[in-house]
Formats: sequence, C-alpha cells, structure tokens
Amino acid sequence: MLSVINIDKSYEGQPLLKGVSFSVDENETVCLLGPSGSGKSTLLRIIAGLEEPEGGDVHWKHASLAGIPTHKRRFGLMFQDYALFPHRNVAENIAFGLKMQNLPADEINARVEHALETIGMAGFAHRKVTELSGGEQQRVALARALAPNPRLLMLDEPLGALDRTLREDLGQELRRILHESKIPAIYVTHDQEEAFSLADRLLLLHQGAIIQGGRPHEFFHHPRNEWVARFFGLGNLVEGTVVSRTPLQVETALGLIHASCDRQSPAPGQRATLLFRPSQAQLTSVEEVNLLAGRVSDQVFQGEKYQVSLTINDRLPEFKILLPNPLAIGERLQVHYPPSDVLCLENGA
Amino acid sequence: MNASHRSLRRWTRRPAFRGLLFWLVPALFLGYFFYQPLLALFNLALKGSALSGWEFDMSALNLTRIWRPLSFTIRQAALSTLLTLILGLPGAWAFTHFTFPGKKFLKTLTTLPFILPTVVVAAGFNALLGPRGWINLGLMSLFNLATPPIQFLNTFGAILVAHVFYNTTIILRVVSNAWSQQNIRLQHASQVLGASPWHTFKEITLPQLKPAIFSGTLLVFLFNFSSFGVVLMLGGPQYATLEVEIYVQALHLLNLPMASVLSILQLLCTLLITLGHNRASGLGDLVAAPPARGITPRKPTRVIERVVLILIITTLFVLLVAPLSSLALRSIVKLEPTRGERGEIERGLTLQFYRELAVNRRGDLFFVPPITAARNSFLFALITIGLTLTLGLLVAYAQRYRTPLNKILDPLLMLPLGASAITLGLGFIIVFNRPPFSTLRFPLLIPIAHTLVALPFIVRTLSPALRNISTSLRNAARVLGASPLRVWREVDLPLMTPSILVSTIFALTISLGEFGASTFLVRPDYPTLPVAIYRYISQPGALNYGQALAMSTILMLVCAAGIFTIERLQKSEKDGN
Amino acid sequence: MRKIIFALLVLIFTLLIGACAPSARPAETQSITVVTHDSFAISEELIADFESEHDVKVVFVRGGDAGTTLNQAILTKENPVADVFFGLDNTFLTRALEEELFIAYDSPMLAHIPAAFKLDPGNFALPIDYGDVCINYDKAYFADHNLPVPSSLKALTEPQYAGLLVVQNPATSSPGLSFLMATIAHFGEDGYLDYWAALKHNGVVVVSDWETAYYTNFSGSSGRGPQPMVVSYGSSPAAEVIFAETELAQAPTGSIIGPDTCFRQIEFVGILKNAANPDQAKIFVDFMLSVPFQEDIPLQMFVFPVNPQASLPQAFLEHVDTPDQPASLPPELIDAKREAWINAWLETILD
Repeated sequence: MLSVINIDKSYEGQPLLKGVSFSVDENETVCLLGPSGSGKSTLLRIIAGLEEPEGGDVHWKHASLAGIPTHKRRFGLMFQDYALFPHRNVAENIAFGLKMQNLPADEINARVEHALETIGMAGFAHRKVTELSGGEQQRVALARALAPNPRLLMLDEPLGALDRTLREDLGQELRRILHESKIPAIYVTHDQEEAFSLADRLLLLHQGAIIQGGRPHEFFHHPRNEWVARFFGLGNLVEGTVVSRTPLQVETALGLIHASCDRQSPAPGQRATLLFRPSQAQLTSVEEVNLLAGRVSDQVFQGEKYQVSLTINDRLPEFKILLPNPLAIGERLQVHYPPSDVLCLENGA
Repeated sequence: MNASHRSLRRWTRRPAFRGLLFWLVPALFLGYFFYQPLLALFNLALKGSALSGWEFDMSALNLTRIWRPLSFTIRQAALSTLLTLILGLPGAWAFTHFTFPGKKFLKTLTTLPFILPTVVVAAGFNALLGPRGWINLGLMSLFNLATPPIQFLNTFGAILVAHVFYNTTIILRVVSNAWSQQNIRLQHASQVLGASPWHTFKEITLPQLKPAIFSGTLLVFLFNFSSFGVVLMLGGPQYATLEVEIYVQALHLLNLPMASVLSILQLLCTLLITLGHNRASGLGDLVAAPPARGITPRKPTRVIERVVLILIITTLFVLLVAPLSSLALRSIVKLEPTRGERGEIERGLTLQFYRELAVNRRGDLFFVPPITAARNSFLFALITIGLTLTLGLLVAYAQRYRTPLNKILDPLLMLPLGASAITLGLGFIIVFNRPPFSTLRFPLLIPIAHTLVALPFIVRTLSPALRNISTSLRNAARVLGASPLRVWREVDLPLMTPSILVSTIFALTISLGEFGASTFLVRPDYPTLPVAIYRYISQPGALNYGQALAMSTILMLVCAAGIFTIERLQKSEKDGN
Repeated sequence: MRKIIFALLVLIFTLLIGACAPSARPAETQSITVVTHDSFAISEELIADFESEHDVKVVFVRGGDAGTTLNQAILTKENPVADVFFGLDNTFLTRALEEELFIAYDSPMLAHIPAAFKLDPGNFALPIDYGDVCINYDKAYFADHNLPVPSSLKALTEPQYAGLLVVQNPATSSPGLSFLMATIAHFGEDGYLDYWAALKHNGVVVVSDWETAYYTNFSGSSGRGPQPMVVSYGSSPAAEVIFAETELAQAPTGSIIGPDTCFRQIEFVGILKNAANPDQAKIFVDFMLSVPFQEDIPLQMFVFPVNPQASLPQAFLEHVDTPDQPASLPPELIDAKREAWINAWLETILD
C-alpha cells in the first residue's frame, strides 16, 4: 500500500536520511527502530506530508503522493509530544478529524464515545486536556489519531508514558484494533519488547539507512551485524580473529572458540565478533569445547531468572549469563556453549 | 513531479518569500498612507527653501529653537514613562494573579482615560485637584486653610501625572496579557529547586516578561514623546516639546519649512528609539511553549497579599478613576447655585446638561446631536478595528519568518506613533486632495489615520501570541484533515483570541480618542464625539462647559460599552460555540 | 465569534460601498462649497432660506482651527477644496494675500461697510465680522476683595493685582497674540518688553491656550480657577449670560476697556482662485455681507457684524462693553514682525 522510495533528507547541512526505502502492506504493522536522532520522526513527517524530502518519493497504492497536501492524505499521526489542542476538551480533540470529514453530529458523538471506551477513559469527554496526566493525554492523542479511520496510521512512541500494566493492556488493544481494521501502521519506538510484540516487521534505521528489515524473530536469531546485536542487547559480544574457516574457529581473549555463521564465513585472518547469548549458557563440569570458566562477581534477580555476571580471566566487561538458581558472589563456575549457539557476526559500525 | 516544478515549490516555501508575501499589503498601506503624505509635505516645504538639495544653510536654523524642545521632550517622556511603569507593573501583577470584587470594572475604568480629549482631562483634574476642586476644598475645610494647599496646574508635575493617567492602561493590558499566559509549571519547578518567590520572579518570570514589558515601554514612551494636548494644556510656555514647536511653526507662524525640519528630526528620534529598543529586546524570539498551564487569578489568601493588593487598587483608583468620576460627577451637579458663594460644595444634581445636548437652541446648522456624534465615533472605530486587525494579523504572520526584512520593516511600522500628527495631517491634505479621495462623501481617511496609530500596538500584541503557538499543534490539525485555512481557524485563531481581544480594545480606544492626524483632517458631514466636545468647551458659558462635560461622560460610556462587549466576546469564545 | 466577525466584515463592506457610491444629487442643482474653521456657526434657517431662494446647495467644509484652515488653503491652491474661504483674520491677512489665494471681488454690498474694516483695498479679502480681544474680569471677586477694576494696561503692573492675571502664550494662542499686539500698539516696539518684564515681576500667569486660561484658571467661569482676570473676548460676558444655567440679570464678568486694552480682530472672506463656481461664490459673499446674515452672526459666533445696518441682539447691547479705542496694528507689520515679537516675548518671560 505504502511505498517509501529512496528518501533523502538532510538536517542542518548533514545528511539524515540516505536512500531510505521500504513498504507497508495492508494489515501490516511495521516497526521503525533506531537510536535517537536517527531520523525516525522526520521520516514519519515526510510520509505525512509535513516535510518535503530532498530526493525520493512516497507512493500510496503505486500513485505518487508528491503534491498532495497533508490534509488530503488521510493518514493518522500520533505525535510524540501529543500535540493536543489546549483550547478544546477531550471529546473535541478526538472529534477533530471527524469534524474535518463533515460527518453528522450524532455519528461523531457515537464514535467519540466508542473511542473513549477503547482507551478506557469513558466519562472524560468534557475534561480539559490541560488537566490530564501524561498517560491520559497520551491515550487521548491515540484515540484522536484513530477516530477518523485513517488509511495508514503512524505512531510516534505511542505507549511511552504508561505504566507497565496499562502499556500491556493498551498494546494488546492496539494490536487488536490494527488487526481488525486492517489499517497498515508504522510504529516508532525505543522499547524492543514492544517492538517485538507488536510488529509484523521490524526496520532498523542506522545512520540514515535501513540496515536490517525482517520479522522480529529474525533480528533475534540472525542479527545482521555487531551493531544490530549491540542495539538489541542480544548478548555478550567478543572480538577475535578468524583462525580457520571450516569449521569456523576464532581466536579470542576467551580462548579458541568454535562458532557458526549465518552467511558466508569470514576468511582466516579477518576480524570477527562472536555473540554469546546469556540464555544459552550451559553449566558444566566436564571438559568441552567453548569452555568458559569464571567467578561470579554480581547477580541480579530478574523475575524468572538470575542474571549472573562472570569475570572470566579477569577480563572486562563481565560476561553475563542467565541461570535459574542463585549463586554466591565469588563462587567459581564453568559454562559452555555449543558451537551452533555462538554466532559469528560481521564487524559493523 | 518533475525537478523544476519541485524546485519552484521549494522556493515559494522559503521563509524569505513567505515573509515578503505577508508584508506586502501592510507595507503598501504604510507606504501609501503614511510615507507618501510625509514625503510630499517635506518635498513641498523644503524645496525652494534654504534647505533644498544639499545646501544646508545653518543660519536659517535657530538651533536653540530646536535643542530646547528636543531635550525637554526626551526628559519628560523618559520621566513620564518611568512613572507609568512604577504604577503599571504592580497593577499588572495584581490583575494577573488575583480576583477581587470590582476587578472587571476597574480594568475597564483604567482604560477610559486613554480616549479622553486632553481638554476634558484638564477639566477633570481641575475638578479634582484645582484650586477649587474637591480635594483642595476638602483639605481647606478640614484643616482650616486659607489658600488651596495643592498647586497642581501648569506645573511639570501636572504633565507627568497626566501622562501616567493616560498611558497606564497600556502597561496594564500588555503586561498582564503576557503574564497570564506564562507557564506556571516553570515557576513551580523553580520553587521546588529552592528559589524563593523573589528569586523565582527575578530568574524565571521577569526574563519571560521582558519582551512584553519592553514593548509596552516603547509604546508608552513614543506616546509621551509625541504628546501634544497634555503638554499644551497642562503645562505652559516653558514646557515646549517638539510636537508643540511643530504646532507653533506650522499653524501659527505658517512656517512649513521649519515645521518640516522639526518633523524630520522627530521621525529620526523615533527611528533611533525603536531601533535601540529592538536591539535590546530582540523582536521577541520566543521559544514555542508546549500547551501550558497559564496563571489563573485567585483570591488573595495571605495578609501581606491583601495589604499590597489594596494599596495598588487604591492608587490606581485615585490616580486613574478619580479624575474620571469627578468629571462625570461634575456633569450632573449644578455648577454654581449662586455666584456669590465661593468655597462651598454645591448642592443639587441635575440632568440639565444632558437634556441641553439634544436641543439645538439657536438653530445652529452645525449642531451635533449626541446620538449622531456617538454613531459616527463608533462607525470610525469599527472600520479602524477591521483595518488594524487585518493588517496586524498579516504583519504578525510575516514576523514568524525570521528574515532580515523584519528588522527593516518593523521600525518603519512604528514610526507613525512618533510622527507629528500635524505634519501628517498637512501631508494628507496635499496628497489626498484629488479623486478618488476628494470625491468620497465618506471621510475614509479618518479611520485610516487611526489605523496608522493603532497598528504598532496591534502588531506588538499579536506577534508574540502567534509565535507562542507550537508547530506541533498545527501539524496535528493538518494530519487530521484540516486544510490550511481550516488550521488557521481551528488552531491559530482560538489560541490567539485573548491577544486579538486586547488588540481590538486598543484599536477601539485609539479610534474613539481620535489620536493622530484625524484631529487635523477635514471632516465633512461626520462629526464625532471629541469634535463635538471641543466645540462646546471652546466657548464661554456655564451651559457650554456643562455640555462639554456631559458629552465627555457620554464618550466614556460609549467606550465602556465597547470594551464590555469585546470582553464578553472572549467569554463566549471560551465556552465554545 | 466567527459569525460576529463575518457580520462585522459585511457591515464594513457595505459601508465602503456606500461611501464610494457617487452622490445621488440631481445634476441641475449647483452647489457652493464654503471652507471655514471650526468656530464657524450659522442658523440652519438662514442657510435654508438662501438655498431655496437661489436654488443652490451650500456645502460647508470644516478645516480645524484658523491656522490649519489657512495652511490647507495654501497647500491646495492649485486645486482648492472649496469655492469660498471664510475665517481669515487680520493677523494672517498679508500672508494670505501674498500667497494669492483669492480673486478680487468688488461686491456692491461693500458700499455699506465702514472704511475702517476694509483692510484690503484690492478687495481680495472682504471683511465680514469683527471682535475684540479684551481682558475679562470676575465682578464678584473684585467686589469681595474691595479691589478697583484696573482701567489701563499700566495698572496691571500694580502690586495690588499681583498674580491675578492669566494670559496665553502668543506662540500657541490667537487671543494671546492679540493681547501681545495690544501692548505693542500701546507701548511701541521699544517699550513693550519692559512692560512685560513688569508684568512678569507682578506674577502674571502664562498658559498655552484659551481653553485652559478660561476654564481652568479664570475664577469667573465654571472652572472657578484662581485668577480673576483673563485675556478673552469682549463678547465673553454676553456668552456667560446667554449660556447661564439659571437666568442671570447681570453678566458675572466684564471687560476692561481702557485705551488699547483691547485688540481689534477682523475676519475676512475670500473667493478662492481656481474655484469651481466663482459666480455662485460671489452671490454667497454678497449674502454674507447682507443684513440677515450679519444679524445672525452675534449669537452664533459671538462677534460683531461689520454691516452697521445690522441690529445687535439685546444680550450684546446690555452685557458687552465695547472699547472706544481698541488697539490695532497694520497687517503688513504683523506679518513681518510676528515671529520676532514672539521670540522676544518668549525670552523675556522665560528668563
């Protein structure tokens, strides 16, 4: 439905977006991830027509949107700073888009009521928006974007100010709404859990371009490079030099590690980064390949598991693993990783 | 869309282009109705005189005749402005933060002085502070004095007090308008971080108020600088300002070249003052504030608050309202029951003067029934309001785009305030003496002259309000389907409403008070209230005096009604429509 | 709010349309335009009679005070706004003649007018009315304080009258200038400054304009000010009677009419050069010199008619004190020396 083609944009002379391309299909929720300042919000504004790209185009159902003003695009945008109209109450804010469509008054009222129920704020219709808490304002902003049934919905950090329960509930509700209405959506967030749970597809934006796109589990299992892994905090990253190609062996500060690779393995002599996921560490007492021995330096209770920090060979940063049972500080232990669980990553910035 | 199409659109979106587009109509208006007459007059007056071309014959100029009025003008303007601030700022504080009984009433009353012709103000002060005014009479009988203790008239003090009387409302409205729109959360944050109320005021509130205070000060200063009636009537020959000097040269000595030289000097001073002010305060580069909680007025709770509040209200009342009410009172009190009894407070109320107003006792062709005069005044005011709001909004929008054009055009916009009304009036006569203006039965030039004076006020009120509207809000409306015009109506307009209303009140009062060149313009069939008042008071006789006061009271009532209506509009806007 | 703005815009728009529409006056009726200063007044009836008699419409245009009106006439002389100009006085006469504003008109009515008023032999400017600028005094004050009313200019410098006189700045006020000229006429150009120094020594109060002097400073007016003597007009006492709140038998104020204590002002009318309707204008000028108009003048403008055939109203006869020997100066001298006199006066008073 939506095709973003080769968008270029610079900000204060520096390039911000370089040839960004992606598409969003009907009934698909695409999540835009990236560090602050990577241009996510700018991209949303370009799609909405609030800013003009310096190069590239935006297509809707294969027709170019260039020249079509914002107010005619019928996209929804939920702003990061909410942008609620201070001179209108809650109901009027939500009704705004409906008013622009010149719908009859009773229909507007009915839909506003429905929207309020959806966000769990029935009865708030006549409150002034300046008196709402941050979370309430956010929900109203969400309802306002949804009410006019937009063709495409863009959400900029929609659930950021909410507490965990509310976030989960509303997240689920959002999923349901998006699914039922089949509205394609673009979702911008920092929170990976949220991204993982809501997105049909993830796009990772880095230095002005999309460096990886795909289904959430692909990112988890097959991060494209070291940077992606670091961004997602997938695990411990250890650098080393490739010693042999098949089988893949890398000499690191932790010793000679047998690893596996998604793509073509790097050649011997090249630098590579290895990913050790904390959840995949296996306690062992026997001599095995990829054996790591260390001393417990710290331990954090995380609800289901304990995150244990190990000092291996007096090396920093500490190696983190997840274990079901607590250990004592200073205790020595040994873990091992089967080669298939050690992922060799491209060095990437 | 091809590349050239896109680059054209990009070019039209450039700030410089947009700014120029918005400035176009106001700039043309100013150029045609202000600069053209002035230049025509200067050209006519100076050509053929000793000052034509580049030959500057110094002997033709009497420098003391120039320096003395100039220095006096600056001194009295500075002092008057200072005093106005001393009264106006605490007043603005009171109006912003507190509610008290009679607040709306007081606010309207403090605006009324602005519209009164000076001749009537003199009468009001005389009735209150003159040798046989109420205060002196009261003090004399209280302390058994032989001579009136308060010598008010024809002193420097009288000029200062009259200026304060006239202009305090500007500070009150401009500053309290800006103050009540401040984000109260910033003050809270400051207090939590340990700043005492005084420190919070100094570090947080005052810097944010600076643009409004500077703006108000500039307006008041320019008014005082070009003040004419007050200096003439309440001062005396030793107190001559530039404007008075221009009056003498142009209208009594019929020496237009000299009057033009002084006018040019006056304009230069105004320009310098405005440039200096803009430099010091910037054109108000305000940061766009997020939807903020403004300051809502509340009842005073602590004793110290009550005391200070009462002090401020009393001072405002005594200084601003008392002369007004003594004037109104005088119009319904028998002026002299018996000529022989002096020093007595007269008895007896009468509506004789009001009745007399409606009677054309001598069949005078030029008799002006008060209804007609009021209608005409109001008509001019309406047109002035329409013109100033339209032009003012255009300029406010133009000033959103930060281009060098603003730095040049803004001072030029301010010049009408400091320009001599006399020279402008004469310029009008030269330029607009031909069709289409001369054939118009309706004196359109009068509201145009009012607009020239009112426009600087309106721009300085609307511009900051506009810049306070965050782009986010506009973007939100656009995305929700509002066309650009709709965005303006749904977002800009409602958020600017308080400032628009303040502007409307200014335009109304300036027009009713007939400031500017309209006092020197030809007025065919549309006499206004100030004109009618002047006619009565320029003739001897108790009835004439009384009728002048009665007509002035009517003028005050008309103005109060106008202000009341405008403020009701604000209320209905808030309740949604 | 939107509705109100819309309504306002509609209103303004209709007004502008109305203003721009050509006046629906039938083509046959001619019109005469008369420009005057703001103090001009005339009876409705009189004009109506004139209009119906001559089948012409008279349009009055008001130009501000005397100085403004004259300036306007000078600035627009190529293309005047009116046919007839009324409101020129003897202090500006020479200037107006120099500027060649008028055409000459030897009106037949001039035969009735005494020669003393015809200051322009060329008849470009014709006299219509005259008045005196005199010192008014408050009768009650003098009676209460047992003070004799001063009978000459010299007497005003006596200590018993210290601080009791208020005058106007000649630079900013026409009666002020007239009074100054009275003193020049009396004491001569060599002596008047000494006189003013003496007046200053005797506490004379100087204000800028007539309204302030009369209504703020003068004790005999409704303003009830401190000074019982003020430079005003000879007709002011009559005005005080006519415009009194309650009927008065006697005027509360009077004029000092010693030698040269009053200054004579004469007002003139002229037909503007390049006027649209010079012939009609002449008829109007004749009308202004005729008895009906002249008799209307006193109660409307509080000055005297030049035409001796016009009878004066009772109030004038009873309450106006006419000087035997009013001061006057030749218009050419006034025009030449005015600025110098004012400057000298300013220096004397301000130092």
